[in-house]
Amino acid sequence: MNGIHDLGGMHGFGAVNPEKDEPVFHAEWEKRVFGMFAPLSATGLFNVDMFRHAIERMGAANYLQTSYYEHWLHAFQTVLLEKGVVTTEELRTGHAIGEQEKRTPALAPAAVPKIVATGGSARVDMDVKPRFKEGDMVVVKNMNPVGHTRLPRYCRDKLGCIDRDHGVFLFPDTHAHGKGEKPQHCYSVYFSAQELWGPKASRNDSVYVDLFDDYLLPA
Amino acid sequence: MSDHHRHDEEHDHHHPHGNRPLTEPELRVKALEQVLTEKGLIDTAAVDALIETYETKVGPHNGARVVARAWVDADYKRRLLADGTKAIAELGYSGIQGEDMVVVENTDTVHNVLVCTLCSCYPWPTLGLPPAWYKAAPYRSRVIIDPRGVLKEFGLNLDDDVEVRVWDSTAELRYMVLPQRPPGTEKLTETELAALVTRDAMIGVARLASPKR
Repeated sequence: MNGIHDLGGMHGFGAVNPEKDEPVFHAEWEKRVFGMFAPLSATGLFNVDMFRHAIERMGAANYLQTSYYEHWLHAFQTVLLEKGVVTTEELRTGHAIGEQEKRTPALAPAAVPKIVATGGSARVDMDVKPRFKEGDMVVVKNMNPVGHTRLPRYCRDKLGCIDRDHGVFLFPDTHAHGKGEKPQHCYSVYFSAQELWGPKASRNDSVYVDLFDDYLLPA
Repeated sequence: MSDHHRHDEEHDHHHPHGNRPLTEPELRVKALEQVLTEKGLIDTAAVDALIETYETKVGPHNGARVVARAWVDADYKRRLLADGTKAIAELGYSGIQGEDMVVVENTDTVHNVLVCTLCSCYPWPTLGLPPAWYKAAPYRSRVIIDPRGVLKEFGLNLDDDVEVRVWDSTAELRYMVLPQRPPGTEKLTETELAALVTRDAMIGVARLASPKR
């Protein structure tokens, strides 16, 4: 979707302002939000693409006025409500209401080191034929899906070159909507800065974007 | 009971050790964690363990070890650039948000810098959790269209003939920059070298300075 999250190339947000000696977290509640991510992922109730799409669907003004971990908090609430796991009444009162479904046990503290060290790769062990190879010229599709996509607006309809083939990965555009993994090749695609931003951009500079097979056409 | 009294009681209930009212996110997080615990979806001790892991164990000191190893061991560097995930795992770093790693090398003629314009993807196992500026709109919007301007704000002025490559991690690959080894470090040990490597250099918004005498 052409959401506010797709920030690449926009103007007007001001200076970067790095913080000196920044702590890992800025508040206790941020820690709790962060710490809930892996246990909730482990429940299998939603995947990371659904999570990201929930953030993308925040109102634009709200997205810009809230911090990173507020985005996460919003996404947890949104996906859990949409999956029918919690109700607004429960989130308001802070207590589970009524008889609760029997579930597999929550991620235990003893399982944390292993899950941290393993994670969950989006790579799919499947033999899928690549449509492109290193050095191929490609044009990015001019597409504007209303659902989740990992194709930023700034490179649509632009001419690029396949820099490398990362292999086969699940496709976020379908995975975010529970429509399957649709495994396909993901490539690093080279764009000259001038192709993306016009003749005033530096002649020497370039942008590399990781793009899926479904986003690309042969040039 | 007066409104004032009820108000105080709420404070005591939610925040026994302070006297300020809870903020909106604090209230929402507290409620969510409680509900999910009662439903058996999370174990708060696991939440505690995750926080502790990323506050104390996982951080840019991990990536610094990878960089120092690459500087002193040409064969390791070759493996690191060919298959980042595997070579980083050799030093014991792997997992969440670093499942599939790509390492890009800075040279005299090429400077790499990382961004995630769509969200805030970042290589957790080697760099830890991202700083706030990396996740915020100014960096994400600007570094892709004006990398030299943003790098200047970080105090890094690059010559026009240096090629700037911006890597936008739009898929599930996570990137890390292999910074250049600063001059005057020939006699340093691998551990001393690792101590020179900064998070910002591994994002690509800084170059490493020679050690002070």
